[in-house]
Amino acid sequence: MTVMTAPAPAAAVAAPIPTAVPAASPAAGPVWQPVCAVEDIWPDTGVCALLGGRQIAVFRLADGGLHAIDNHDPNSGANVLWRGIVGDLGGEPVVASPIYKHHYRLRDGGCIENPDTPLATHAVELRDGIVWVEA
Amino acid sequence: MHQQRLVVVGNGMVGHRFVQELLALHPDLPAAGLAVTVLGEEPRPAYDRVHLSSFFSGTSADELSLVEPGFYQRPGLRLRLNARVASIERRNNTLQLADGEVLAYDKLVLATGSYPFVPPVPGRERDACHVYRTIEDLEAMQASGARSASGVVVGGGLLGLECAKALRDMGLRTHVVEFAPRLMVAQVDDGGGRILRRKIEDLGVQVHTERNTAEITDGATARHRMVFADGSWLETDMIVFSAGIRARDELARRCLLAVGPRGGVVIDDHCRSSDADIYAIGECASWNEQVFGLVAPGYDMARVAARHIGGGADAAFAGADMSTKLKLMGVDVASIGDAQGRTRGALSCVFTDEIKQIYKKLVVSADRKRLLGAVLVGDAAEYGTLLQMMLNGIALPEAPEQLILPAADGAAKAGLGVDALPDGAVLCSCNNVSKGQLCAAVADGARTIGELKSATRAGTSCGGCVPLVTQVLNAELKRQGVEVTNHLCEHFPHSRQELYHLVRVGGIRSFAELLHRHGTGRGCDICKPVAASILASCWNDFILNQDQARLQDSNDYFLGNIQKDGSYSAVPRVAAGEITPEQLIAIGRIAKKYDLYTKITGGQRIDLFGAQVHQLPLIWRELVDAGFESGHAYGKSLRTVKSCVGSTWCRYGVQDSVGMAIRLENRYKGLRSPHKIKFGVSGCTRECAEAQGKDVGVIATERGWNLYVCGNGGMKPRHAELLASDLDEATLVRMIDRFLMFYIRTADRLQRTSTWRDNLEGGLDYLKAVILEDSLGLGAELEAEMAHVVGSYACEWKKAIEDPALLRRMRTFVNSDAADDNIVFVRERGQIRPATAAEKLQCFKGIAVVAETA
Ligand code: SRM
Ligand SMILES: Cc1cc2nc3c(=O)[nH]c(=O)nc-3n(C[C@H](O)[C@H](O)[C@H](O)COP(=O)(O)OP(=O)(O)OC[C@H]3O[C@@H](n4cnc5c(N)ncnc54)[C@H](O)[C@@H]3O)c2cc1C
Ligand code: SF4
Ligand code: FES
Repeated sequence: MTVMTAPAPAAAVAAPIPTAVPAASPAAGPVWQPVCAVEDIWPDTGVCALLGGRQIAVFRLADGGLHAIDNHDPNSGANVLWRGIVGDLGGEPVVASPIYKHHYRLRDGGCIENPDTPLATHAVELRDGIVWVEA
Repeated sequence: MHQQRLVVVGNGMVGHRFVQELLALHPDLPAAGLAVTVLGEEPRPAYDRVHLSSFFSGTSADELSLVEPGFYQRPGLRLRLNARVASIERRNNTLQLADGEVLAYDKLVLATGSYPFVPPVPGRERDACHVYRTIEDLEAMQASGARSASGVVVGGGLLGLECAKALRDMGLRTHVVEFAPRLMVAQVDDGGGRILRRKIEDLGVQVHTERNTAEITDGATARHRMVFADGSWLETDMIVFSAGIRARDELARRCLLAVGPRGGVVIDDHCRSSDADIYAIGECASWNEQVFGLVAPGYDMARVAARHIGGGADAAFAGADMSTKLKLMGVDVASIGDAQGRTRGALSCVFTDEIKQIYKKLVVSADRKRLLGAVLVGDAAEYGTLLQMMLNGIALPEAPEQLILPAADGAAKAGLGVDALPDGAVLCSCNNVSKGQLCAAVADGARTIGELKSATRAGTSCGGCVPLVTQVLNAELKRQGVEVTNHLCEHFPHSRQELYHLVRVGGIRSFAELLHRHGTGRGCDICKPVAASILASCWNDFILNQDQARLQDSNDYFLGNIQKDGSYSAVPRVAAGEITPEQLIAIGRIAKKYDLYTKITGGQRIDLFGAQVHQLPLIWRELVDAGFESGHAYGKSLRTVKSCVGSTWCRYGVQDSVGMAIRLENRYKGLRSPHKIKFGVSGCTRECAEAQGKDVGVIATERGWNLYVCGNGGMKPRHAELLASDLDEATLVRMIDRFLMFYIRTADRLQRTSTWRDNLEGGLDYLKAVILEDSLGLGAELEAEMAHVVGSYACEWKKAIEDPALLRRMRTFVNSDAADDNIVFVRERGQIRPATAAEKLQCFKGIAVVAETA
């Protein structure tokens, strides 16, 4: 039988206790924040940025296009979308979740297999070789 | 309305088909005034006797069943099993069951089939003497086989040979004893019989012709001794009689129905016996003094009888074509029409190739215009075409020999296009389905062979017509403008096999180039990993360089297996499962340091779970320092070579299986392929490494190694097949090189060797020809390609941890050193495991969670 006891020494939890509260300053609204140098994102791949406690997957396409969507894959419950394969379906740029291969559109965050689970998208810009995301 | 009581005796293949036909005519039996009772003597409802032998290769009794669940549970229909009819009383239209119960009938249908004939040899009742007809017979054979080393089949006909295969597959020394001077007397002529015999003997079955068994007594070296009329003898542990069948007409005889000269209930064209209330169908019936031992004529009779009983006075049985095509022990044998050339003035045209062991004969009419019959042994590819020519009286081409001669330099032979066939041509003889019916079904929306099968039943019995049915399907779809493709995805109008060829021949080294030259768009999660795998199989460049990294599936990208919570596992290679205490300690130490969950895998190695992306390089640096390499658990590549302990320790081992397994694992590690590849090496025939369940299985013999290929565990288990025996190590390795490279060249995406093999045209014989006899002249090329891959192997993790650009990519966040707080573990049985959603919620509320098993 599984027994849960509380409170317990912090060491008993193997993962770090959440460091940041989700959404740092909701009242202030989204703000532009620098993320990384554009070379840090290899063409046609993604990285994950931690912005105010929120995980955002940022993709750079081979043609230079940049896209940012939430990193959380609601269909598997894991924070993994930056690790998906980038490509297109019917001309529409998408990322395939590495867990159960749901495809999310990079432009509007829509999920092709499950329309009930769209993702938030974020504005991205390249300024002097630095990728900025509004979150 | 008066209920008509219809009783069917026998729930075999034909009896069941009769009920199906009846239901097709009268879906609502009570409304049609019918009360149907089916009486079956066997303990189970109708099953596929035609595929009975597949019971030995693992098909269960349930899978053989022909009866969908619930089929007999409908109003007006009743099936009683274990119900043998003992007698029929025609005076008052009743019958009596073996348990004494009496039933009345208005109409009676006999579908009692036949029984195996056992020659009246003294000693035939001894223990471990069998027949081959029912599932119970096979169960008994299996039990005897388990305590036997040798077996004899009496009878070298169709069934006898099928039975011999079953004995051989059980691992017995197998003999076939035949009374006639050749095998399959009924179907093939002398020339075909000779080739057939040689082929069968090559497969390790000894054939003894012109032997008449006089008696069976105690053996000196085995359970039985079979003494033949000429005084010679043969010793064996078990015997199976397969000396022909006899119609089960005993009920009919006892109630004085007319019986044919060779047995069987005499029936007219409506399948009615000499009593107008009694019908007989299937193998128990005799029509025109003929008894049909095949299922197709029986199905036809079932259709006729069902119609006639329902008032369809013009339904008539018109005889049946007895052409057959079979694969006996992997040998194709076919006989069409007048195979023996008995028609007056018939001419024959024969092609024999004793090297390739192929025999083909055409029997042509005296005016040379029409095909009367044919015999094909060793290669029956033309069966469908020739059969249709014969059945439809299609005019022979000017040089009929071209129909059977091998095409020059492998060019495709101009077969008989399905377009040439009339609509009335019956393509599926088992189920009496014509080309016109197939076309109609396609017009009604059938798009796949599966849909076509369920719409028409074509191809669902012996399966022999499937190639032709597929041709019709494709031709019809094409005509309708429906595209039939095996394209990988929307980005490439090619199959994986074609892409492989394009990459290798075009010297293409990057995805961008491949897409530019042969594709469109950006690619996707289907074509990118396929391209990455092909590039790796061909050139073996580092899979994580900038061009290739983005093609990789997440597992390859991070050189680990992703888990449900987004964390990864690490699996160091433990070749053949051999591991030193130091290595065990090192794994333990590292796992403890990073608090990883450890588990022994099903592949004889240790999996370490619970690493986040940024921890992978740290963990692997320590593993590499301790001497470990990547185990490629993430790749579509060689997984493990499972070994048993072998002759080094084991008292039965005949070769060093561990040593061999280590050498094989080290040779093929890192090899990228269409799907994962697993090996097993066993040190003796007890097979503790389960090599016959692997893509490549190696089993030690006294004289070397037996090589098995295309086995599979997993979702659809498949036994591996013996490719070659008693190989020395160098030859074994060469054959595996060729086999793997040929598979890599030709398989589809995500096709394990087992499915690839099941779809390989020409089957095991073809594979043997390509690999062992180098029939395509590819051997040296395949070996060279493998040599390149073997020579350019490098441990992916070792390279990764020395590559700063790559290490930068292995971070959980690009802008922070934090960890993913969505990955939460709790402790259970002394190790971590992913927290459940509920446990996570508590954790996020700030309540620490400890889970311990009590
Ligand atoms: C870890 C392990 C289970 C274990 O704890 O024992 C395992 C774990 C997984 N197996 Fe397996 N299989 C493991 C041995 C097996 C075996 C047993 C064997 O190899 O002797 C089989 C049956 C044998 C066979 O393959 O024929 C097996 C048949 C499968 C299949 C079905 C393949 C098939 O052809 O039907 C899949 C699915 C697939 O590959 O498409 C699969 C897929 C998987 C995946 C990759 C599923 C996934 O995508 O997450 C799992 C990866 C977990 C991980 O992180 O490592 N696993 N899997 C075993 C790793 C062996 C190793 O050391 O590498
Ligand atoms: C191993 C094997 C392989 C074969 N391969 C092929 C092939 O490749 N192609 C082909 O066309 N044919 C093949 N056949 C032949 C095919 O199976 C038969 O033609 C077909 O089963 C005949 O059907 P049936 O209904 O007439 O007889 P069965 O299927 O034998 O059914 C008769 C049923 O009636 C029952 N029965 C008999 N008497 C009574 C009674 N008094 N009371 C109640 N029930 C009774 C029996 O128990 C049996 O269940 C093969 C047969 C075997 C054994
Ligand atoms: S059997 Fe299923 S659950 Fe178990 S390891 Fe294999 S894939 Fe995972
Ligand atoms: S001919 Fe036997 S299934 Fe079609």
